[in-house]
Amino acid sequence: MSGHSTYEPKSGVEKWLDTRLPIVRLAYDSLVDFPTPKNLNYWYTFGGILALCLGIQIVTGIVLAMHYVPHVDMAFNSVERIMRDVNYGWLVRYMHANGASMFFIAVYVHMFRGLYYGSYKAPREVLWILGCVIYLLMMATAFMGYVLPWGQMSFHGAVVITNLFGALPIVGQSITTWLWGGFAVDDPTLNRFFSLHYLLPFMIAGVVILHIWALHVVGNNNPTGVSVQSKEDTVPFHPYYTVKDGFAISVFLLMFAAFVFFNPNALGDAVNYVPANPLVTPAHIVPEWYFLPFYAILRAVPDKLMGVLMMFGAIAMLFILPWLDTSKVRSMRYRPTAKLYFFIFVLACLVLGFCGGKLPDAHVIPGLTTFQLLDADLNSMVWLSRFAAAYYFSYFLIILPVLGLTEVPLAQPLSISAPVLSHPAKAPVGAAASPEKRG
Amino acid sequence: MLRKVYVFAALGLALMAAPALAVTTQVEPKEIHWSFEGPVGKFDRGQLQRGYKVYREVCSSCHSMNLVSFRNLGQKGGPFYDAEYPNPNDNPYVKSIAKDYQVNDIDSETGDVVQRPGTSADRFPNPYPNEPAARAGNGGALPPDMSTLSKAREGGSAYIYSILTGYKTPSANLKVPPGKYYNPYMPGDVSGFWSGDMKDVPEGGFIAMPPPLVAGKVTFDDGTPSTLEQQASDVAVFLAWASEPKMEERKAFGVGAMIYLLIFSVLLYVSYRRIWRNIAH
Ligand code: HEC
Ligand code: HEM
Repeated sequence: MSGHSTYEPKSGVEKWLDTRLPIVRLAYDSLVDFPTPKNLNYWYTFGGILALCLGIQIVTGIVLAMHYVPHVDMAFNSVERIMRDVNYGWLVRYMHANGASMFFIAVYVHMFRGLYYGSYKAPREVLWILGCVIYLLMMATAFMGYVLPWGQMSFHGAVVITNLFGALPIVGQSITTWLWGGFAVDDPTLNRFFSLHYLLPFMIAGVVILHIWALHVVGNNNPTGVSVQSKEDTVPFHPYYTVKDGFAISVFLLMFAAFVFFNPNALGDAVNYVPANPLVTPAHIVPEWYFLPFYAILRAVPDKLMGVLMMFGAIAMLFILPWLDTSKVRSMRYRPTAKLYFFIFVLACLVLGFCGGKLPDAHVIPGLTTFQLLDADLNSMVWLSRFAAAYYFSYFLIILPVLGLTEVPLAQPLSISAPVLSHPAKAPVGAAASPEKRG
Repeated sequence: MLRKVYVFAALGLALMAAPALAVTTQVEPKEIHWSFEGPVGKFDRGQLQRGYKVYREVCSSCHSMNLVSFRNLGQKGGPFYDAEYPNPNDNPYVKSIAKDYQVNDIDSETGDVVQRPGTSADRFPNPYPNEPAARAGNGGALPPDMSTLSKAREGGSAYIYSILTGYKTPSANLKVPPGKYYNPYMPGDVSGFWSGDMKDVPEGGFIAMPPPLVAGKVTFDDGTPSTLEQQASDVAVFLAWASEPKMEERKAFGVGAMIYLLIFSVLLYVSYRRIWRNIAH
């Protein structure tokens, strides 16, 4: 890939193979000798954690699929059977169900990390976009997986989400019918969701390979955002980052295990242990926690079609972000103003997630009725979602584009190895030297 | 047509900020301490056995428990586990429980539907032949299946305990519909039946289940006094087990896994510090 390879085949077999298919060389260059900035912090360990999460989901998923029955009359009971009668079935199923949540925790940390350190900026645009593709595929996979146990929330969640496509003009109704494979969410829907739920993780694995390829072309970004300049700045991936990632993975697994073994249903909705019944709608339809921010955006808009467009638009922002942020400085360590807006952005996402789990007209401050603004009381979840959603979009469409042009960033270090500036005059373009602010 | 109705009902709920939507209320479940709480908590064997008796003598006349087989009662972690019978199918106590039930079968000679005594491999038979029969026997309401009931309700055991002990004679301003009972712990909205001040609408809802337990209803073999609270907490624990029969196995495994991961993390951290010792970063 990039740079020259330092791999030297040692045994005869390795030499023979290397001239025919240099696969050991590929592995060596990407996992052993890969030069990695030496200042990566723990926020950078989540890539490895994500790879592990994907592996866990695939392995546990394949075992589940050996016992699971994708039929409306049997799906619910087959999942319960897995937990009651299959040896260690409870372990496999709880690892898979909680593993999905862990996967999303890790991906959100990974993405906010990228936002903070400017990992989406040149030359990493393609790397970033591939990550966004993985995220989209993950959401599709998790949504369809959640339908499989065929509980009340599985079914009614599927109804609500597939119906969103019905909002599209002219083609909407035909698309929903096509998605359902009939005129309602039913057996054909469950079967195709199972088929796709099995397929998509392997597509994710494919995109992950592209993602890592792209990473190895341009190299890691790092907390300073300053590009690697010499060998001084890097260490070989192995053993330095294998051990650091390994430690982080082990700690992550501790948290994962605490859920799987001691609180396996804490992240799920109790109602999903009621078998699906099309005739009884649960009082409160909520998606899994990792979709709540988007659900809040969807419901913040009174018009259904606009809501759907805004929801997808929220994800589209991520794709075009590399061209929205006008600042040349990657890391927000050196962008105090942007940093402030970034933390408000994180807060806005959490607020959206919070609102997504509540009824839209529930009071934010209990018991206080203020005044009716348009369609709802101002002190309501729907209005709070609107403010947070407005901030979400402004962050991408106004704040980042404008800030890059107006803010005065702090001076960046000359190199990763020299975090203390010796020659402020030589600071990279865009990084105005202001010695009094240096810290 | 029906499909359209519920599709729109779902969407309506999800997408509209309908201002005058009825509000469901309920009283938070009572706080009680359970022996199976926490990472090492286990079921109390005696309590499980008493709970089974309450289920058998009271609840099972209305509620099914489709996913549980008799043999489950004798498996590790179950109410009648006996180390002498590692295969629960051989457990004589379980066998005798099963024999007391009549289950449907097909006579292999004639093809007729016959009844035979249960075996440990059979599931608990349904009290009603089908759903319409269950509804007909309960004023139109369906007693939910009990196999997953405890984990299918927010609050689990505490919720079930609170429902069973929480029936209350309502104030005269509340007109309870025939065949229904007022229970503050049941989620619901009784405002339509309330004739008093709209500010004082009672929390909770109506439930179609008549109060199933009263003091002394079940006589416990171990001599435990049969108060309402005792029966309710025992059956709540039994239902927690029925929902999660592998809970004890899961927690025991988990403690081992946590210790393993903890040691592994410490070793990795020490290796990390050693490997990075000479790198300024
Ligand atoms: C006479 C028949 C009958 C008996 C006996 C009975 N139940 Fe029920 N139960 C019902 C019916 C009917 C419902 C449904 C109520 C409704 O939907 O309003 C129900 C509902 C419930 C609920 C669910 C409430 C909810 O959240 O939906 C619980 C918990 C419950 N029963 C527990 C028990 C327990 C424990 C026992 C044994 C001690 C028991 N029941 C005995 C008829 C019965
Ligand atoms: C990207 C990786 C994956 C994610 C995020 C994911 C997510 C999910 C989720 C959220 C559920 C519902 C859990 C529940 O509440 O029961 C589920 C169920 C299921 N998944 Fe996956 N999954 C992934 C990969 C796979 C793979 C690769 C397979 C099969 C080869 C698979 C097979 C199944 C089966 C059979 C079920 C139903 C059993 C159950 O509900 O527990 N999954 N998945």
